[in-house]
Amino acid sequence: MTQSVLQYVLYLVILVILAIPLGAYIKKVMYGEKTLLSKLLTPCEKAVYKIMRVREDEDMTWKKYLLSVLLFSGFGFVFLFLLQLMQGVLPGNPQNIPGTSWHLSFNTAASFVTNTNWQAYSGESALSYLTQSLGLTVQNFVSAATGIAVLFALIRGFTKVKKQGLGSFWVDMTRIVIHILIPLNLVIALCLAGGGVIQNLKGGESVTLMEPVAVSADGDILEGAVIDTENNTVMLDGAVVPDAEIVTEQFVPMGPAASQVAIKQTGTNGGGFMGVNSAHPLENPNPFTNLIEMLSLLLIPASLCFTFGKAVKNKKQGIAIFLAMFLMLCAALSVIAVNEQIATPQLAQNGMVDLSTIDQAGGNMEGKEARFGISASATWAAFTTAASNGSVNSMHDSYTPLGGMVQMLQMQLGEVVFGGTGCGLYGMLAFAILTVFIAGLMVGRTPEFLGKKIEPFEMKWSVVVCLATPMAILVGSGIAVMVPEVVESLNNGGAHGFSEILYAYTSAGGNNGSAFAGFNANTVFLNVSIGLVMLFARFLPIVGTLAIAGNLAGKKKIAVTAGTLSTTNTMFVFLLIFVVLLIGALSFFPALALGPIAEFFSSMV
Amino acid sequence: MKEFKNVLPRAAVMLVIFTLLCGVAYTGIVTGIAQLIFPKQANGSIIEVDGVKYGSELLGQYYTDDAHLWGRMMNMDVSTYKDAEGNALMYSAPSNLSPASEEYEELVAQRIEKIQASNPERADTPIPVDLVTCSGSGLDPAISPAAAEYQVPRIAVASGRTEDEVGDIIAQCTTGRFLGVFGEKTVNVLKVNLMLDGILSE
Repeated sequence: MTQSVLQYVLYLVILVILAIPLGAYIKKVMYGEKTLLSKLLTPCEKAVYKIMRVREDEDMTWKKYLLSVLLFSGFGFVFLFLLQLMQGVLPGNPQNIPGTSWHLSFNTAASFVTNTNWQAYSGESALSYLTQSLGLTVQNFVSAATGIAVLFALIRGFTKVKKQGLGSFWVDMTRIVIHILIPLNLVIALCLAGGGVIQNLKGGESVTLMEPVAVSADGDILEGAVIDTENNTVMLDGAVVPDAEIVTEQFVPMGPAASQVAIKQTGTNGGGFMGVNSAHPLENPNPFTNLIEMLSLLLIPASLCFTFGKAVKNKKQGIAIFLAMFLMLCAALSVIAVNEQIATPQLAQNGMVDLSTIDQAGGNMEGKEARFGISASATWAAFTTAASNGSVNSMHDSYTPLGGMVQMLQMQLGEVVFGGTGCGLYGMLAFAILTVFIAGLMVGRTPEFLGKKIEPFEMKWSVVVCLATPMAILVGSGIAVMVPEVVESLNNGGAHGFSEILYAYTSAGGNNGSAFAGFNANTVFLNVSIGLVMLFARFLPIVGTLAIAGNLAGKKKIAVTAGTLSTTNTMFVFLLIFVVLLIGALSFFPALALGPIAEFFSSMV
Repeated sequence: MKEFKNVLPRAAVMLVIFTLLCGVAYTGIVTGIAQLIFPKQANGSIIEVDGVKYGSELLGQYYTDDAHLWGRMMNMDVSTYKDAEGNALMYSAPSNLSPASEEYEELVAQRIEKIQASNPERADTPIPVDLVTCSGSGLDPAISPAAAEYQVPRIAVASGRTEDEVGDIIAQCTTGRFLGVFGEKTVNVLKVNLMLDGILSE
């Protein structure tokens, strides 16, 4: 018990300790200041500008910035779409995997371009190494960078006075990729490879099984069969089974995993090299690699709060926003941890199953790995649904009803509890604008945030940013439950089955990408509809954020007076949390009541 | 329109540059260094004795022999992967079942029955949870020390060793928490069984 609590506390403490210096570093990089790595990396950065023929001091209007984001993402989308369709005839494919279907390819391209990394396929069997590295790894980098770039455009909107420009998208992207993402991920990827994550370009291996497995002619596994490998016969209940096949070898997947795992974690992408993501022992072999992967998934989003404080020259503002996010994360983590440790009566079997913590993790171990136990699994589940990362080290489908509900709720809040790299914070800033407006109404003051007046234009777009996710999720899952074929994709029945559908659209609408993975999402309707939800929930908030940024930049700065509502004190932190919860809870309570809450009460009977 | 013409080629060029940097250079550098410094780890931590590949120490296998240590429940898949000659290869997947359903309750009850029948010495002891649950990957290579300890009497009888000898082997294959704090203490099932069979030296 104390052991688990200590683990939870340490995970959070280490995160904060790492986030503060990284936050400072990111600020320096984005403002072109000198850092330890400048000597090495700045020449590379300048070379990119030269090839692209862009000026470092270009100041784009918000519309041009938006156009750049959209066209760049558009090219990425088309490239990834075609790469998957044609992977069968391209090199870098030792497993000889054929091209994917058009709808799966559409879904995956939308998924990776939007930083969601929803995976309707299983990595080791559906995609070639070429697709994984040239397509997915690259989008992992650039979609993460795009989020951060848009955040900086918004920051400039707050700091610039009576100007039109928000900076250059090309310069922002280049700095983020070259100075932040590549060095950070080189270090992480090598640590992971040293820890046992595979990193090679070989085809899959086969190894000898200690105990062969007998399979009937229909492909069913014959439990309890007696296998005679010398005569190649299988006996079951004293009779020879005709045409039984004896499987004597196991498949060991190979490929360049460590490099992709590093960026899928740090870029809050989450798309695993393997189908089961970081639960796979070759993707996350031990507690050491788990610690690195788990911390890297929240590292950049947490750092950006501190970067924000420094960039708007109001460190307290960064801390206030960090605290609002951090408190919500702690609350979510506690609920998940307690529920998983208690497990369910169905698993406890009237005391016949030992769920204690003596010499074992105990609790609900269904879908969890022995080396991670409850603590490292619950922490990861809380982090990944908070961060819009979506990678998993345990199967969310097999969480207790309330444990699974909290994961959904974190995504439904709009992925603003840290959220994705950049996009989490700009989402939260939209909520902050909403909060100052509501607070301003209550006390009869003109709403203002960071010295800029909040007017109808900002309000309209903030509401769009805040409601894009709930709308996408509810409309998407509402339509899906009416489509008959969707029922065939379910892995569980009843209320849990509904949760599987709700989780899928929640994950897409929150640009998270995790799944109740029993749900078979690789069908035409699901691939297309989930793909559209992801695109909508990613790009509409980007449009809104850049519009707000552009409008704010043109405004004058108002002096702080005694009448200004403080946005850095405890009251603001709680008001902000209140507004986030209010919108989330009001939008989603009915849906959650039909899924996890109904399942919870029926399991208690 | 003028802006469109300005942005379009730059968006394309940037994608090409980043594809080369992040897709080719980054992946290549990591692969090169990993193969140079950590060849065993980067290639799947495969246990090879006298030219035979006895599995990866990171991937679980399924055991039903009384003389072997049993691992997590497995949801085996023999239809997805084939070797070059077309023989089926074993792989495994998680169950993704809700632990709060009646269907699940029945499944666990069946597993308990089977485990109790094989471990009569432990008739009065509750079964450690790792033994009746399927893991997150479906390929969990390890179980908790409690789950290993539970099986010691059965293995001792079936393999003709003393309980102390079996306990010794298990202790040798046990890994502690990282820095004594993170993750859980686990027993590597494949290594224990290779030692029980005398393939891997104790």
